[in-house]
Amino acid sequence: MALPKRIIKETERLMAEPTPGISAVPHEDNLRYFDVEISGPDGSAYEGGKFKLELFLPEEYPMSPPKVRFLTKIYHPNIDKLGRICLDILKDKWSPAHQIRTVLLSIQVLLSDPNPDDPLANDVAQEWKTNKEKAIATAKEWTEKYAK
Amino acid sequence: MSDIDFDEGDDDFLYDESGEDYLDESGEDYLDELDFTEIIQEKQERKKYEVEYKVYSIEEIEDFQNKEIEHVANIIGCFKEHAATLLRHFKWNKERLIELYMDRTEEVTKEAGVIVDAQKLPKLIKVEDFCCDICCDSGDDIESLALSCGHRFCKDCYSQYLTQKIKVEGECRNIQCPSDACNIIVDENTIKMLVSEDTYHRYTSLLIRTYVDDNIFLHWCPAPNCEYAVECKIHDSDLQRLVPTVKCKCGHQFCFGCGLPDHQPCICSLVAKWLNKCRDDSETANWISVNTKECPKCKASIEKNGGCNHMTCKKCKNEFCWVCMGPWSEHGNQWYTCNRFEEKTSVDARDSQSRSRAKLERYLHYYNRYANHEQSAKLDTELYEKTERKMERMQKSSELSWIEVQFLKEAVETVVQCRNTLKWTYSFAFYLQKDNQTTLFEDNQRDLEMAVEQLSELLEEEIKPNRIAELKQRVVDKSIYVKHRREILLEDTAQGLKESRWVFIDP
Repeated sequence: MALPKRIIKETERLMAEPTPGISAVPHEDNLRYFDVEISGPDGSAYEGGKFKLELFLPEEYPMSPPKVRFLTKIYHPNIDKLGRICLDILKDKWSPAHQIRTVLLSIQVLLSDPNPDDPLANDVAQEWKTNKEKAIATAKEWTEKYAK
Repeated sequence: MSDIDFDEGDDDFLYDESGEDYLDESGEDYLDELDFTEIIQEKQERKKYEVEYKVYSIEEIEDFQNKEIEHVANIIGCFKEHAATLLRHFKWNKERLIELYMDRTEEVTKEAGVIVDAQKLPKLIKVEDFCCDICCDSGDDIESLALSCGHRFCKDCYSQYLTQKIKVEGECRNIQCPSDACNIIVDENTIKMLVSEDTYHRYTSLLIRTYVDDNIFLHWCPAPNCEYAVECKIHDSDLQRLVPTVKCKCGHQFCFGCGLPDHQPCICSLVAKWLNKCRDDSETANWISVNTKECPKCKASIEKNGGCNHMTCKKCKNEFCWVCMGPWSEHGNQWYTCNRFEEKTSVDARDSQSRSRAKLERYLHYYNRYANHEQSAKLDTELYEKTERKMERMQKSSELSWIEVQFLKEAVETVVQCRNTLKWTYSFAFYLQKDNQTTLFEDNQRDLEMAVEQLSELLEEEIKPNRIAELKQRVVDKSIYVKHRREILLEDTAQGLKESRWVFIDP
């Protein structure tokens, strides 16, 4: 099936006007599958890290949200061991007016501003709430170890 | 009229204004379908075990909604579409909607996702140099649409979006503008304009469904393929004191409280407990009762499948004698024989054994009677089907008219109904403490049971054409008596529930 105009346009724009700290490159053999890299935001526990993600645009896109997953191991209350992300716009708050770019920006924001009250990784969230300092130290450690 | 004093005044119920009309209608509607004897009963006062209710068809619910929408649209002076969105947001609580709307219009409309002072309803138009944010198509001759929020998308994307929401996600009253973080609700008219007929039909039926689901006083009739909804102003807290049995226009009789088929006079919480117990226990309990004894120490059920009388409980390692149930240590050297039946320790062990057995037997007593009535009701119905064919043949061969052979049908219906009631009296009695009240209840139960069995027996009698009039007389007399006994039992039980006269136990 031919690629919808929307996906072509988005891809072109991602290439032509890249967002600082975010890159998304489609696979040559599957233009719905993107290799993504997000830099850890300055001032966060993930600063200096480069996190790899995969992003897939399902058949229903943009009526359904893209599927996004972290490939790099990360210590974050809203991201689990398998790299799955708990983010409202990837689920019930999805709107077809969102784009790949806005999704990736939201993920970057999630890295600066973890939300332990709506956790996906329960043990991490628990640590984040009871001993924030230690949690941030672990997150930094993981960034050093896995994201560089 | 009202024997049951629910505090209707406090309810934010939606039919407040028209409540009385509905009452009158319910009386008349009902009469159409009943025969004469029942009309007479209907005219009498409502019985203690009956509740007030009304059955609605989907069309009636739609009509009612349309009236409410029109009313609200007139009061606040807006499009009907917007009034509908507001009403749905307020779950059809018109009074609260109007009150809050007058106080805090802006807040209310924002929350509900409506812009009420919009000048016109959304329309498909062509806009110069338009580019759709969803599909990125652009040009001058693309049909597009925007809600009052102004977010414009092309027709194809819009209808695809709506179809996805309705068909895949099952959304209806909460479909928002496709734009990011815009909570303006897509109105019914717009949806009708943009989706296929099939999808629109699905949309409206979802709307009706949410309407019934949102309203605690409305329930769908649980019968398969039945599309009526029943309204009954019963709160969950009332269910300890009454059994709200309703009869749908499709004929299905069910409990409004829990949705299960008619289970008078047993209250919902006991029914749930009982069914749960029966599901787990009955067959197993029967087998245990026949084949096992309990370990005198830990009460584990033990089946002796061979070997000697020296038992060692696998669970607690207690050693005892299978014959006298006393401790094995007291058997001294007399291995494999037991002559110690009267020793105190073994008598105690047997006492405790029989207590736990008694508990099991008590349950089985009630369960077997419960199950028996359920089974008998089935057999009675089968018997009737056979009899009916016989009656048809007789009608052809004799002078009897159709109406004259109908008495059996009614009698069978009475028997089946009473067996159903009896069935649930056993579940009810299982949870009753043994006291004077319970004795009275059991007397009523026994009287009804005897009468039902007699009637059931009459139905089995061989039908001879020349004695049919006499049989009819006996069957009719007995049916009336049986119905009367059932009423007495139900009335008394309902009264007892109302007065909290019954003491329940957890056996």
